[in-house]
Amino acid sequence: MKKEVRLMKGNEVLAEAAIRCGADGYFGYPITPQSEVMETLMELKPWETTGMVVLQAESEVSAINMVYGAASTGKRVLTSSSSPGVSLMSEGFSYIAGAELPCVVINVTRGGPGLGTIQPSQSDYFQATKGGAHGDFHLIVLAPNSVQEMHDFVFDAFDLAFKYRNPVMILSDGVIGQMMEKVVLADQRPRRTEAEIIANDGNWALTGKTADRNEHVITSLELDPYAQERFNEKLIAKYAKIRENEVRYEEFMTEDADYVIVAFGSAARICRMTVEMAREAGHKVGLVRPITLYPFPTQVLHDLAARGVKGFLSAELNHGQMVEDVRLAVNGQAPVEHYGRSGGAVFSPDQVYEALLTKIINK
Amino acid sequence: MAEFEVQIKEENLVFRKSPVLTDKVMHYCPGCSHGTVHNLVAEVIEELGIQEKTVGVSPVGCSVFAYNYLHIDWCQAAHGRACAVATAIKRTNPDKMVFTYQGDGDLAAIGTAETIHACNRGENIVVIFINNAIYGMTGGQMAPTTLVGMKTATSPYGRDPKIHGFPYRIADMIAPLPGVCYVTRQSVNTPAAVRKAKKAIRKAFENALAGKGLSFVEMVATCNSGWKMSPVAANQWMEENLVPFYPLGDIKG
Amino acid sequence: MKEELIIAGFGGQGVLSTGKILAYSGVMQDFEVSWLPSYGPEMRGGTANVTVIISDKSISSPTLQTFDTAIILNQQSMDKFESQVKPGGVLIYDTNGITRHPQRKDIKIYVIDATEEAAKRGNSRIFNTLILGGYLKVRPIVTLENVFKGLKKSLPERAWKSLPMNEEAIRIGMDIIKEIQ
Repeated sequence: MKKEVRLMKGNEVLAEAAIRCGADGYFGYPITPQSEVMETLMELKPWETTGMVVLQAESEVSAINMVYGAASTGKRVLTSSSSPGVSLMSEGFSYIAGAELPCVVINVTRGGPGLGTIQPSQSDYFQATKGGAHGDFHLIVLAPNSVQEMHDFVFDAFDLAFKYRNPVMILSDGVIGQMMEKVVLADQRPRRTEAEIIANDGNWALTGKTADRNEHVITSLELDPYAQERFNEKLIAKYAKIRENEVRYEEFMTEDADYVIVAFGSAARICRMTVEMAREAGHKVGLVRPITLYPFPTQVLHDLAARGVKGFLSAELNHGQMVEDVRLAVNGQAPVEHYGRSGGAVFSPDQVYEALLTKIINK
Repeated sequence: MAEFEVQIKEENLVFRKSPVLTDKVMHYCPGCSHGTVHNLVAEVIEELGIQEKTVGVSPVGCSVFAYNYLHIDWCQAAHGRACAVATAIKRTNPDKMVFTYQGDGDLAAIGTAETIHACNRGENIVVIFINNAIYGMTGGQMAPTTLVGMKTATSPYGRDPKIHGFPYRIADMIAPLPGVCYVTRQSVNTPAAVRKAKKAIRKAFENALAGKGLSFVEMVATCNSGWKMSPVAANQWMEENLVPFYPLGDIKG
Repeated sequence: MKEELIIAGFGGQGVLSTGKILAYSGVMQDFEVSWLPSYGPEMRGGTANVTVIISDKSISSPTLQTFDTAIILNQQSMDKFESQVKPGGVLIYDTNGITRHPQRKDIKIYVIDATEEAAKRGNSRIFNTLILGGYLKVRPIVTLENVFKGLKKSLPERAWKSLPMNEEAIRIGMDIIKEIQ
């Protein structure tokens, strides 16, 4: 069957993918540069077709707690926001992780700190990958670098969220959210019926206490510190499993590379051009693009360093965040430097090339 | 339990614990209003035959553990967010009966925005609001509903409006909103009051089932531990001080 | 084939939609495309611009510092983007409102008086399709057939009645563009 190809904005495709993957609900609050997500959903009126609920909340705080509520009933629900809004939601991430609920959160990032700018940035890497709120927990973090991946990762994110009963973040940015590219749309998947929810997630979801089971309680409250510790150990074991099974990355021209750029999301698109420029100039440069930021692709970077890569440049739209994970992965085997722009300023391929020359190759 | 059922003839039965209530010993202090209100909610759920489709949302505060006491599915919300949580449960599960059970700090301080906006959207849920004018679980701090002059851990010389602002009546604030179909203020300090309060809860649940909009049942309540009084004295203090400021009766619907 | 283009002017001039029609035309011709707007408060009457890349290979960076072609529709954009045209590249502009004309000697420069033409015809709505026609005359990277398909795809169905008018405007645009350097 011929798939539907359209020219779409990253933000619009998030909405389209949410409907097509059979989501039950979207709860959000407008913020630039991702407002098109809810605008598109409201325009498409999925409540008249698939039955998906779309609701504009009074705040991001409310939106994430709506996600918590609907997710507690076994529904496939998501929200989207941008950096300052995601900070407001972060309390909810902790509760959702603590209650082991599945959900999808999309962060189309902008420049910070504070209200910052509305232009693209990657300065929420720490917040996204290190938990981002109180308590010992992690989000699973996917970083799309194209409009197609914005579409695909909505499906992947829900699969991961339900597989591990953990919140999954799609960490995008203003470039990917605002740009239009060709995208192949998946066919409509049906929403899960109540019977399917009970069959798959009936051991925890709030589907109503029937005579054949005890009441279900969704909570993250514990009074006994030892019980909390046991629960935390269970969470940590889950994250170990996620690190073992779910690492995703893409390599570009790394087979013979002397130098490797590490970049994610829109920055990786820019750095791909840097690799092309460097190769034309005769430098053997490759690119590793982490697709999952948590779990981070530690092993591939470690192995490249062990294989003899002479230096790594972590190119990010921030002042040095992912570089810490790259350093941990490389573990002293080769120099690791950072190059970045921030506040909404986006580096160009030749600026990254220049940094690669001065910080690594000619050093 | 089974033993009693055998011994007592139906016509002689004057009280029976609702099967919707669990057998757990409540953690509430003797004299606290929570237990009575829990019982009324359980009885209404039983009488309406909606145990299998009811989801409760418990708050942060003393009633955070409400989920231990009723045989229904429960979602425990972050502080203040119960109305947002309940909104989404109801929207994505329109056949369910969804209610929140919240204290004054949860509903009228940290969760004011969620409360007012759920009311304004006319969500088909029930909000049960326990107003005892103090933070019970946290240890007797000032609530948004604490009366002027009332001593609490954070207003040790009495609530002074110049320092702490004024208490407010959130039920009266939300009553004019078109999404709200029923607002009432009740109490459970006397048997007669308990009977009226139960009728109010039942009406609220029936409204939600009929999709009429949001019903808001405020319970003017005691916290004798927080108030540092005996249960009897707390009841009397409530009647003489809280009730005049928070008058009982239907406000809307 | 790879065309890296910027269209820049005032918000409301149809800068973004011109780019969208062109990008959709590229899709119709099975090219890879990317369309990246400037976005934010400057859209309301300030300058707006869009970067469009059309290529027969996959597109790496959607953000660019230099361009094969710049279509410039106001003075601010002239000041900002004239220098960013690659040597040997193309600059197309509408002289309406331009007080400082382009100075560069190492690029090809074209003028299209689309504002005047649209006014003459009493139809300001064809402004951006006139521009698009002029551009396609200079840079015929997609066939006219695919441009017409792209035009239709980029418009909602309720606007399809305007298709003949816009197709005509594309043809007129091709006629009125003038090479000045």
